[in-house]
Amino acid sequence: MKRTFAGVLAAALILTTAACSGDDSPQEDPDEKVALTYWSWAPNMDKVVEGWNASHPNIQVTVNKQDGGDPAVAKLLTAIKAGSGAPDVMQAEYQKIPTLVAADAVADIAKEAGDLKSKFPESAWNAVTLGGEALYGVPQDSGPMMFFYRSDVFDKAGVQAPKTWDEYAEAARKIHKANPKQYLGTFSSNDPGWFAGLSQQAGASWWGVQGESWTVAVNDANTKKVADYWGGLVQEGVIDNKPMYTPEWNAALNDGTQVGWLGAVWGPGVLEGNAASTKGKWKTALLPNWDAAAPANGNWGGSATSVTSQSKHKAQATEFVKWLNTDPAAIKALAGTANVYPAANDATSIALTAPPAFFSNQTDFYAIAAEAGKITKPFTYGPNVNVAYSAYNDAFGKAAEAKQAAGFGAALDTIQQATVGDLKNAGFSVAG
Amino acid sequence: MRTKSAPYLFLTPALVLFALFLAAPIGYAGYLSLRRVKVSGLGLGAGSRSEVWAGLSNYGRSLTDPEFVPSVLRVGAYGLIVVPCMLGLALVLALLLDAGRTRVGTFTRTAIFLPYAVPAVIASLLWGFLYLPRVSPIVDALSSVGITAPDALSSGWVLYAVANIAIWGGTGFNMIVLYTALRAIPTDLFEAARIDGASDIQIAWRIKIPVIGPSLVMTFLFSLIATLQVFAEPMTLRPLSNTISTTWTPLMKVYRDAFVRNDIYSAAATSVIIAVATFVISYGFLKFVGSRAFSQEN
Repeated sequence: MKRTFAGVLAAALILTTAACSGDDSPQEDPDEKVALTYWSWAPNMDKVVEGWNASHPNIQVTVNKQDGGDPAVAKLLTAIKAGSGAPDVMQAEYQKIPTLVAADAVADIAKEAGDLKSKFPESAWNAVTLGGEALYGVPQDSGPMMFFYRSDVFDKAGVQAPKTWDEYAEAARKIHKANPKQYLGTFSSNDPGWFAGLSQQAGASWWGVQGESWTVAVNDANTKKVADYWGGLVQEGVIDNKPMYTPEWNAALNDGTQVGWLGAVWGPGVLEGNAASTKGKWKTALLPNWDAAAPANGNWGGSATSVTSQSKHKAQATEFVKWLNTDPAAIKALAGTANVYPAANDATSIALTAPPAFFSNQTDFYAIAAEAGKITKPFTYGPNVNVAYSAYNDAFGKAAEAKQAAGFGAALDTIQQATVGDLKNAGFSVAG
Repeated sequence: MRTKSAPYLFLTPALVLFALFLAAPIGYAGYLSLRRVKVSGLGLGAGSRSEVWAGLSNYGRSLTDPEFVPSVLRVGAYGLIVVPCMLGLALVLALLLDAGRTRVGTFTRTAIFLPYAVPAVIASLLWGFLYLPRVSPIVDALSSVGITAPDALSSGWVLYAVANIAIWGGTGFNMIVLYTALRAIPTDLFEAARIDGASDIQIAWRIKIPVIGPSLVMTFLFSLIATLQVFAEPMTLRPLSNTISTTWTPLMKVYRDAFVRNDIYSAAATSVIIAVATFVISYGFLKFVGSRAFSQEN
């Protein structure tokens, strides 16, 4: 009895040493069997990954479904702090990448990945390189903002799809006047990413790098212009002040009291889930513009696939990440099965030929999306987006509840203070 | 020798569990609260951040945070609504059930207790739907008879809206505790009173309530601690409205600092403050009331 136990123990020890030496050796054995874990919250990602597993018997990837971008990052940072428990591959929203880099949670895969720059739009590439030589992930999906509106309501009120923000305000007034229950949109204190996208369109970039210091410009003139604009509409009462993504908002979309939405390219899925009974009545257009002569756009959402700093199989993980986001079959699966808008430049030609089902009558849906992506302005995220975003929730929650235009500009100052204060307190060098 | 070590042997499992799952985490939280991350330059790349001693600076920042004192006061106001309403209701219901001796007693008891079995997050979601005007059947019903219900999640009402969920969920548990205590009272006590001509109300007021004093003290203490730790209800309702901030209660601030701001050091400091405050308040309350409530037991 004792002898068998010792034998098993010895065998286990030998196996462990073998495994360790495999990890440590710089020359990777091409036939080595590797198991990778991948944290993602995109629907059906496991089915997308099946395509990889079938053709790569030696690198098997297991998808671990996450609740969403925020909880996944919180879990990852906890695992990094603990020293173990992180996956090999991780879906990471663009705005989280500086935070993850600062926490040393994601690996630089520039060497392993090779040259991919030409395959992705500039704004997405900038987000995964932070403007430098390192590569902290491969762009997976992007979210150029788009305007969705109920064409039947617009026709009835005699309103055209607005091309400028002035026209948007005018349309909001007309629609609310024709039917006081109806609103063209809502100002959401719950969606900092949405407001950041609108500010990006106006030319803001809330963070920046100046030499060896960060700059923070949440309350710059461009963002102030956006905040004042929305504050004015909320105070006037022609735009609702309730947050998005609540049962209340869903019901309002479905029963036709919210007749427009400044969403992003992934919006059809949201509308289909929340406002199924209005199918066929929606149309899409580019976001209204500040200057009709120089159209611009912002981004809401989008994520990259990164390799974590705890992965013991960086080369294999990078290979998988590359496949997932550049291989035509994978891009097709991402668009068709996981329902994301792939970031790769050739996604529109490979995968996105037919419009989404909810917009089946709008054949140029993806042409508009591609145009929206093309005119998206650059925007740099900083290492404490989380702090700025939670300050946004609180400051704009107060402002939206008070319905006073002056409060909207003041909310930006509050966010700016919180963001700069947090950076300085942590020891980051901050310019200005 | 054998007999001397025996008690320690029996104590070992409990002590190990206590050390592993209570003492060690508390110690670690205390340690973290004295640490902080120090970043240099842009803070990008390995080696640009290190953990250093922070002294008491995390405590200082926590206590001087402009959101901290309002959140404490808010929880105080919340407690003033929840604790008396919940315990009052629980006591009245327990007395009614005890006095009524009706056939529907068991059913009623279960019905009142049932909300306690609903997890706070589920209960908050449920009530959230009832509060939001466009999806609420209550608002619908009221408006069909011409009454415009106030927006329960607006700034004037939100505290009551959150308190209501806690009262709904907690009354049943407290009622069962008090009811059990009432059933344990020897019946000869009220038979004697009844022969002397005491009414049900007099019996309740003069006999039953004083006798179940210790149970009342216990339920009060539990409610007090639950109040200081209110978290799930406002956290779940937060995304539904503009009126609940991310630091609405002290524990929400801890959550935000730890998991939204990734600053576990400040979160640890605030947790320690909350733990000490809870201990002081509970101990102070027991000291104040203990001698009176438990004196008759001796």
